[in-house]
Amino acid sequence: MDRRTLLKGLAGVGSLAATGGVSMPALSQGAAARTLRFVPQANLANFDPIWGTQYVVRNAAALVWDTLYGIDATLQPQRQMVESEDVTDDGLTWTFRLRSGLKFHDGELVRSKDVIASLTRWSARDPMGLMIKALQQELTAVDDRTFKLVLKQPYPKLLYALGKNNTPIAFIMPERIAQTDPFKQITDYVGSGPMKFAKAEWVPGAKAVFEKFTDYAPRQEKASWLAGGKQILIDRLEWVVIPDPATAAAALQNGEVDWWESPITDLVPVLKSNRNINVDIADPLGNVGSFRMNHLYPPFNDVRARRAVLMAMSQEDYMRALVGDDTSLWKPLPGFFTPGTPLYSEVGGEILKGKRDLDAAKKLLAESGYSGQPVTCLVAQDQPITKAQGDVTADLLKKLGMNVDFVATDWGTVGSRRAAKTPPGQGGWQMFHTWHAGADCINPAPYNAIRANGDKAWFGWPTSDAAEKEVVAWFEAKNLDEEKAAVDRLNKAALEDVVYAPTGFFLGYTAWRKNVSGVTKGPLPFFWGVSKTA
Amino acid sequence: MVSYILRRIVATLPVMAIVALFVFSLLYIAPGDPAVVIAGDQASPADVERIRQSLGLDRPFLVQFGSWLWHILHGDLGTSIFTSLPVSTLIAQRIEPTLSLMATALVLTILIAVPLGVVAAWKAGSWIDRSIMAFAVFGFSLPVFVIGYILAYVFALKLEWLPVQGYTPMAEGFWPWLQNLILPAVALGCVYIALIARITRASMLEVLQQDYIRTARAKGLGMPSILFVHALKNAAVPIVTVIGIGIALLIGGAVVTESVFAIPGLGRLTIDAILRRDYPVIQGIVLLFSFLYVLVNLMVDVIYTLVDPRIRY
Repeated sequence: MDRRTLLKGLAGVGSLAATGGVSMPALSQGAAARTLRFVPQANLANFDPIWGTQYVVRNAAALVWDTLYGIDATLQPQRQMVESEDVTDDGLTWTFRLRSGLKFHDGELVRSKDVIASLTRWSARDPMGLMIKALQQELTAVDDRTFKLVLKQPYPKLLYALGKNNTPIAFIMPERIAQTDPFKQITDYVGSGPMKFAKAEWVPGAKAVFEKFTDYAPRQEKASWLAGGKQILIDRLEWVVIPDPATAAAALQNGEVDWWESPITDLVPVLKSNRNINVDIADPLGNVGSFRMNHLYPPFNDVRARRAVLMAMSQEDYMRALVGDDTSLWKPLPGFFTPGTPLYSEVGGEILKGKRDLDAAKKLLAESGYSGQPVTCLVAQDQPITKAQGDVTADLLKKLGMNVDFVATDWGTVGSRRAAKTPPGQGGWQMFHTWHAGADCINPAPYNAIRANGDKAWFGWPTSDAAEKEVVAWFEAKNLDEEKAAVDRLNKAALEDVVYAPTGFFLGYTAWRKNVSGVTKGPLPFFWGVSKTA
Repeated sequence: MVSYILRRIVATLPVMAIVALFVFSLLYIAPGDPAVVIAGDQASPADVERIRQSLGLDRPFLVQFGSWLWHILHGDLGTSIFTSLPVSTLIAQRIEPTLSLMATALVLTILIAVPLGVVAAWKAGSWIDRSIMAFAVFGFSLPVFVIGYILAYVFALKLEWLPVQGYTPMAEGFWPWLQNLILPAVALGCVYIALIARITRASMLEVLQQDYIRTARAKGLGMPSILFVHALKNAAVPIVTVIGIGIALLIGGAVVTESVFAIPGLGRLTIDAILRRDYPVIQGIVLLFSFLYVLVNLMVDVIYTLVDPRIRY
């Protein structure tokens, strides 16, 4: 019996116990109905959403800090803290007015000076923020509720940037906190969001607690992702970190926790069979699997070698290894953008479609001059997604006749080593595996993995003038049609130059007990509108 | 004795210094970079470098080591790179669950393993002996996480007697505290029980052959008295030694057990810190565990004198 089978068995028996209608243990019976216990995807190890950009930090920060705008489920920015905005005809001067009565958790009113300090800190770390900063001529307070942004040239994606849900989000903090160096961590967690962070109860790696902020003034509109009325229907939210999936599954079945953000797919069948538990897709935007080749060194500095890999790879192999045989959870991705979103494109995707042609790929690889030199392939073993992909890639490269130097290591080492631009024999690398949240792949703004501006590009440092030209075209697009046209051309160029190799699109589940209601699908767990009965 | 204990405590200082240097060097040369983890995927190399500078990780090895050592000498274990909380605070938050788990496992082990070993030696060669030794082999062979899952399946999920995960501080009551510790302590103690039971049996077998045991029997002493008063005391030195050595086993096992049962202890703190390359936390915990281990060895040496009056320092 392997460990995975044992985990399934354990969770399965828990399911039987629960479906048999047995009572919950004393530990959970005493818990207040208005306390929601949630198992997050990872440990909340720090709590500065500008300094640390992990998704778990963003998800917690969305409770504590509010935003000027919020992206809704249609991927459009909607007013959040802002009451109104006014822009001059030339698109250069924006005047924003804050809603009245916005308060921080310490009782202070939210003022323009807080917004200015927060945007200044955010713009030092965020790629879109950096673009705005480069165009910014003036960011000033007109009065306590009004502030003005003057640009040197129009930036059509401004409201999207201020409301986007990709890390780092432009959260608004009190001025005294926002004045912290963006490269240093804040230690004061006062925000104006719908919940307060109970710092005294925070045990990093184990527990984080949030309490309802009774002075929060939600908008009147219906909540939709980061936009609309963030109505909190619970008094207290406890994030319980449970690193072991089988333990988390058992705790959910036992009623020791109410909501598990990211159950592993192996355990989903037993959770689904439990009559007390709901299981559904967590985020319709899902994830994009990928591996990146190093464009600086042979063999992948030759586009023919990169194309040979694309010609030979089977996305189905990757997805089955990664997600399993539940085909509702994955689909091939002959492109780079998130399926189901307005800019999704398959233009130029033929190289990833249809029957795989290993012979043609081998021929193309030979033409590139590859002659058996080792290919250093970094594979993090502590991340199931990278491990599964790495195993498939190793097999693929061997089938192509490549000499694989398989470096099995941990994610921390991959994170550090992938930044090395030295030759592969001297600490560098030729391939590494990763994945991108689908929310980051809906357009080129937050999508740094698609950028191909050489030295400034993401790891692998691809150079593709054709792809970069279309990124600029997207930023300058005035309407959705222009955006789509630009992204079609970008998709084609990025595949032709093989900026990176997409291995497919996959979804994940979330699971919660049936006495919890209001759970919605989205790129992060939204707690507004969620309630619990005893 | 007092001067001996003081000398031993002083002698731990160079040991701790070597451990400190070793750990610091190991982390320095180990691959991985906390700045990269903090910066995230969106960060540019310049951002990563700025974070590295702000953390002081760009300084030469000797400067970093000297600074760390200087703070240690002033009782400051440093600040966690990720949480910005003092390492001493993180350890203080986590030490109670780990010590509780280890202490419960240790008590459980001694209460179970020593009598089992004594009985096995007394009934050497019988089915009782063979059964106990088979159990010992079984306990020694099964990984801690497997035992943990089986226990959770039976006692938490099937019977619903005990919780699956978590920890309740002792301040909230003895039973709630113990309730969360029973399963993990049994899981953690299994290997240890097996080890101690085998050592106890071997040591007792040797003692039971001695003339004074025959004399005791001839005097008409009852078997329990012979086994647990006369024989066990004389067999105790190797048992105490192995219990001391076994503390290291418990520390290692606690890391896994705390993960399986989601106990917020030092073991989980260690794993989290290693995966994120949170150097100050790793260094603080290793130093603490080293100190604990040295302390346990000292206690073992002191206990020798209690169980065997011939031993004098």
